[in-house]
Amino acid sequence: MSKCRSAALLALTTIFLAGTAVAQDLAGANMKSLDGQVQEIKSDVLDISSELRNLEERLLYPSGTQLAIFVAVEEQEDFRLDAVQIEIDGELATHHIYSFNELEALQKGGVQKAYTGNVVTGSHELRVTVIGKTDGGKDFSSSGTFAFAKGVKPKTLGITLAEPGLGSDGIQVGDW
Amino acid sequence: MRRAPLSVLGLLLATGLAAGPVHAQELKDLYFGEALYYAHQGLYFEALERLDTEVKQHDGLDEPQLDTLYYHIDDADFSLGDFELRYRMHHRAGRAIKAVLEAAVDDVVRNDAAYRLARIHFQKNQLAEALHALDRIDGKVPESIRDDIEFLRANVYLAEGQPEDSIEILENLQSSDNFGAFASYNLGIAYLQSGHREDALQQLDRAGRMETDDPAALAIRDKSNLVAGTIHLETEEFALAIPYLNRVRIDGPFSNQALLSAGWANMSIDNAERAVVPWSILAEREATDNAAQEAMLALPYAYGTLDVHGRAAVYYGRALDAFGVEIDKLNESIESIREGKFLEALVREEIRKDKDWVIRLRALSEVPETYYLMELLASHDFQTGLQNYLDLADLRRKLVTWQRGYDAYDDMVAIRRDHYEPLLPEIDTVFRELDSRMRLRNEQHKMLIKRRDDLLTTPRPEFLATPEEQVILARLEQLEQQAATLESDAPERRRISHLKGLLVWRLETEYHDRLTLFNENLRQLDEAMATAQTQYDQYVRVRQAATHSFEGYDKPVMRLRVHSNNAMQTIDLLMARQGRLLERVAIEELSARRSRLENYGDKARFALADSYDRATQAQARREGQ
Repeated sequence: MSKCRSAALLALTTIFLAGTAVAQDLAGANMKSLDGQVQEIKSDVLDISSELRNLEERLLYPSGTQLAIFVAVEEQEDFRLDAVQIEIDGELATHHIYSFNELEALQKGGVQKAYTGNVVTGSHELRVTVIGKTDGGKDFSSSGTFAFAKGVKPKTLGITLAEPGLGSDGIQVGDW
Repeated sequence: MRRAPLSVLGLLLATGLAAGPVHAQELKDLYFGEALYYAHQGLYFEALERLDTEVKQHDGLDEPQLDTLYYHIDDADFSLGDFELRYRMHHRAGRAIKAVLEAAVDDVVRNDAAYRLARIHFQKNQLAEALHALDRIDGKVPESIRDDIEFLRANVYLAEGQPEDSIEILENLQSSDNFGAFASYNLGIAYLQSGHREDALQQLDRAGRMETDDPAALAIRDKSNLVAGTIHLETEEFALAIPYLNRVRIDGPFSNQALLSAGWANMSIDNAERAVVPWSILAEREATDNAAQEAMLALPYAYGTLDVHGRAAVYYGRALDAFGVEIDKLNESIESIREGKFLEALVREEIRKDKDWVIRLRALSEVPETYYLMELLASHDFQTGLQNYLDLADLRRKLVTWQRGYDAYDDMVAIRRDHYEPLLPEIDTVFRELDSRMRLRNEQHKMLIKRRDDLLTTPRPEFLATPEEQVILARLEQLEQQAATLESDAPERRRISHLKGLLVWRLETEYHDRLTLFNENLRQLDEAMATAQTQYDQYVRVRQAATHSFEGYDKPVMRLRVHSNNAMQTIDLLMARQGRLLERVAIEELSARRSRLENYGDKARFALADSYDRATQAQARREGQ
């Protein structure tokens, strides 16, 4: 009797699962058909986004005055980056507080476009302030001031960050 | 008892196939780095949008080797394919990788591309194409993906229904660091599919005994034991099934199914006392779980067979109550979905910021429907549909934001036009005058440079005469002509010749000093001309920038507006269709679960009455004695 009972219970389960499976198969076919259309609209929206980005760049940051600043973290660095503040000629350009995901992305080799703006041609001063925690868990805040020249072409600066050490604030700025 | 031991095979097949985005060594292209920054955060739309634009720009260059992306172009093409795949754009995913395959690249790069292409085909369930891509792998293979290639090949064979072909490959992968556990289990499945039951059981036994502390490998170990146990159950070798089922960890992902099956195995060999143990544990677990619900019914059944009818009646009563509560929940859930709350909850942004958003969704009191949708959420088609719905909602949000921006751009352009247009005619008049003067000065400057250069090769002292000297020289030459009719030794002619000689003497002797001075003056002029030219160029740029700041935007903004509106309409349509489909499938699933619970409830009600009767009879018998 026990075997009959168990078989009955299990059969019941199987029937219901099978019924659900049939319904899911039908729905699955419809989902697949929609999936193709979703992929197409994704492609369309990506194109719109790309065109919009180009338009924005032309409209808001003309090449003659464009300045873009990127932030990267030196390879093999495990310090915790909490925030970066960038000033241009004494004016605050941007202040960014990093989420865990953003920091992880930087540590994996990603590069953040931290600022896009406009400056006139000529000499300028860039001040970078970094706040974080060393690998050993100690809070730190370091700053560096750098001179750069803006020519007629778009200017791209890269800030590379490392944990500050002896005689080093851990901030490097270079042309890219 | 078709518990479909192979039904989860697909889950394992896909495991470990998704490679991470490429980590660029010595990054030279910032925009590629920016795409990686977004990809590493799982923001594949943003990553794709940036990298696609960058790669297209690179491909359009006359001299791509001068572009910084040149150093990463293979990685960029691969990453493009990866991002497209991760953003569930399978149709486009292979495009970039095929481009690498067809380019003149070395073995390592081509084989890496072939592997990635095969992986894409496999994920799209295009098995023949996946095998074709794998067959293109030839020559030097990157060490880092050697095992990945073989594991993929074995999985393609398994999915293609050619388990025999996969066996040798999987045997060779048994010692692989990354795939050893998966290969061990899959080898058991390959034996099973190819009809070698005993080999399959031996292999699953080995996989079920592996020593590891890796969570994924532990899950595989559990799965191997569960499948081995299930194979024995299917052939009614209940006693043999029990050790395997007992090996499944009690807190692992397969524990509920293992506990349930262990109970039935014991019941089937008339060992109800043993069956009570796993079912008692299971009956106390999450009441929405299929196995737990079945255990609620099975546990009192076991007590009944042990003639403990009073306790059986109590447990049947509890099961009945629990089923009633769950049926109420299901009714609420079905109603809630019909009211559209399920889709509303799905698109709530704050939920989806958490990677375990499905779990969090489940915890929301106002969204009861997800209690019973976990299995559905785990199915590939439903997950694809759900993810598509979420992607569409994201795209819609982006479009709404962009559409607000178009009006702002129109305003910005209009303000600039109003500012510059009245000023420009006057500026242009002044500019034209300045321009003509600048051209003249440039010509003069060029002429002086040419003269200096000529003098360096062919000295001409008279060219460096002062204006006064030039006048005197011209007058002397004129007088010389007039005096030509006089006697050659006439005093006038001698005097003219003497004066001319004095002048030529001075020009010849002072020539080098004068040339040096001329050169110094010219250098000063060069500097002055350079400054003037810089100011002129700057003026031209500013003038052009003034025009460019408001001209040429109307059409692109209008085009973007139209495209965005069209895209929005399509998205609304697709969201409605996708949403309805998700709701329908969810309601069907919940209804099926409700019917099952109602059926369980009927059985519990009947069994409860039966247990009371038996308990009463037993008590009467005891009292009679």
